Amino acid sequence: MTETTVRVAEGPALVLAGYQGEPLRSLESYRAVGGYVQLQKARAEEPQAVIQQMIESNLRGRGGAFFPTGRKASFIPTPDKIAKPIYITVNADESEPGTFKDREIMLKVPHRLIEGCLIAAHAIQSKRVYIYIRGEYLEEYESLQGAVDQARDAEILGEVDIVIHRGAGAYICGEETALLESLEGKRGQPRSKPPFPAVSGVYASPTLINNVESITTIPSIFAVGPEEYAKIGAPPDSTGTRLFCLSGNVERPGVYEAPHGITVRHLIDDIGGGVPGGHTLKAVMMGGSSFPVMTPDDLDTPLDADSLGKKGYFIGSGVVTVIDERTCIVQFALRVAQFYMHESCGKCTPCRVGTRWLVQLMRAVEEGTASERDLELTLDVCDRIIGKCLCVLGDSAAMPVASCVTKFRDEFRAHLEHGGCPFGADSQLAGLLAPVDQHGHTTVPQEVPA
Amino acid sequence: MTTFYDEVQELKTRYPEGTRSAILPALRLAQERHGWLSREAIEETADALDLTPAYCYSVASFYDMFHLEPVGRHTIEVCTNVCCGLVNAQAVLESFERELGVAPGETTEDGQVTLRAVECLGGCSTPTIVAVDHVYRQSVTPEDVPSIVAELLND
Repeated sequence: MTETTVRVAEGPALVLAGYQGEPLRSLESYRAVGGYVQLQKARAEEPQAVIQQMIESNLRGRGGAFFPTGRKASFIPTPDKIAKPIYITVNADESEPGTFKDREIMLKVPHRLIEGCLIAAHAIQSKRVYIYIRGEYLEEYESLQGAVDQARDAEILGEVDIVIHRGAGAYICGEETALLESLEGKRGQPRSKPPFPAVSGVYASPTLINNVESITTIPSIFAVGPEEYAKIGAPPDSTGTRLFCLSGNVERPGVYEAPHGITVRHLIDDIGGGVPGGHTLKAVMMGGSSFPVMTPDDLDTPLDADSLGKKGYFIGSGVVTVIDERTCIVQFALRVAQFYMHESCGKCTPCRVGTRWLVQLMRAVEEGTASERDLELTLDVCDRIIGKCLCVLGDSAAMPVASCVTKFRDEFRAHLEHGGCPFGADSQLAGLLAPVDQHGHTTVPQEVPA
Repeated sequence: MTTFYDEVQELKTRYPEGTRSAILPALRLAQERHGWLSREAIEETADALDLTPAYCYSVASFYDMFHLEPVGRHTIEVCTNVCCGLVNAQAVLESFERELGVAPGETTEDGQVTLRAVECLGGCSTPTIVAVDHVYRQSVTPEDVPSIVAELLND
């Protein structure tokens, strides 16, 4: 049993500040590294001034959308303008394949997340914070609940109450409006926007939604000063450090804090020790499984939103999953498509039907029953999903599949010509069973309550 | 002894009055008590929340962690998403199949263990991740499987 590697790889320690290998779960241990000092300072300032500093830092959302956190907070109406409670919801529904950073925050520095929540609550004058944590995270929930209880006992929460709400297994609940629906006690199906959550979020009240890492970064922004923070990383847009999630065929996988702007190659080779066993890198699942795959010729791209964006990539939730030459890319595309088919909530037809089509098409290619026309059909299906649904789950299935077909066209053709997978059973993903294919998955119980 | 009804009333206090937010924690609690969400469990939850059983069922059926059919006393969930798949997830899953004598999605005949393949559990740097009764085991190899099963059944 190996522990996850979690450390500051380079640059200043901000998200993981003070963490030296021992989880800072007790109030004393967090206070010993300067914990809750920034909260005191922030509470002494006017709420508007706190939001202004968040804007100056240009912190961007770490959950995948990269939206400016400060600006989002500025959209929330002040209490004198609205006769409704103002809510904060923290998105701890970390479920993007390849992402395992928020979990480590909740295990290693849970109090910093709470401090961030309280600073944000002061900024938008909110009295109630809901942390929506994925249902599978048990140890993480216990760690976080323990920290909340300690903070409450020590009267750190003040007028703010923090409630941890556990999900029950649904990737889509990481989508902000689906999260709100789920928090309201409904099926987690995304809402139509507008209205945006800042206007009408949970319980039809103004709601600020942020990812765990974004909120956890806030205390450190105040510690170094927003102006200084804005110089770290790859300014002006990709400021600060973030937690990169390195996994797959790499020597030293783990969660590494590093500034925006280090190259993909530097992360994989120097920090991660490269591809093990003399194998060669074939592709990178960049940002998460929801985005286009990266090919080896782009490894020198800096990990910041601008540089990646120019080449059609996304920073997503900081995922870098290394795939070496022993993997069939069609199997990869199939497995990714199966995931999104499983997780599609079924509300929008292009996504509900399109994700099934993508699975069928990828399986036909893998099994050798497809033709060249099916490759064009795949791209056409992707095109008919992207941008045509209420949320981006459909896009998240289409983008990686389309990128595989486009960038690895020769390998797809080889399947057509070979009449099946040229890798046979040798691919690392050969025969991998997707949950959607297991016994009982589609079984509808005979007895349905009235 | 507090009843299920009382516990659900306590859950409701965490959320604004008149909302349905307590349904996920209440269903979780019902499942813990009944082992799965039987018709009886759903009706009990509906009663405590003053909602219809049909509504509770519609919510429960949306989420993967709610069992609408009986499951074993223990659950073993193997991540078979890409990151674990790249290392050895399929071999780990097959090792559990052999050890337990069931296919993924099935429960052993004695009703002890349900084996499931699940989507990404968020432990991608230490593949393969296996959740044994919801507690994560990291870096599981096919060789670890017999001892994990033995440990669980001797508990």
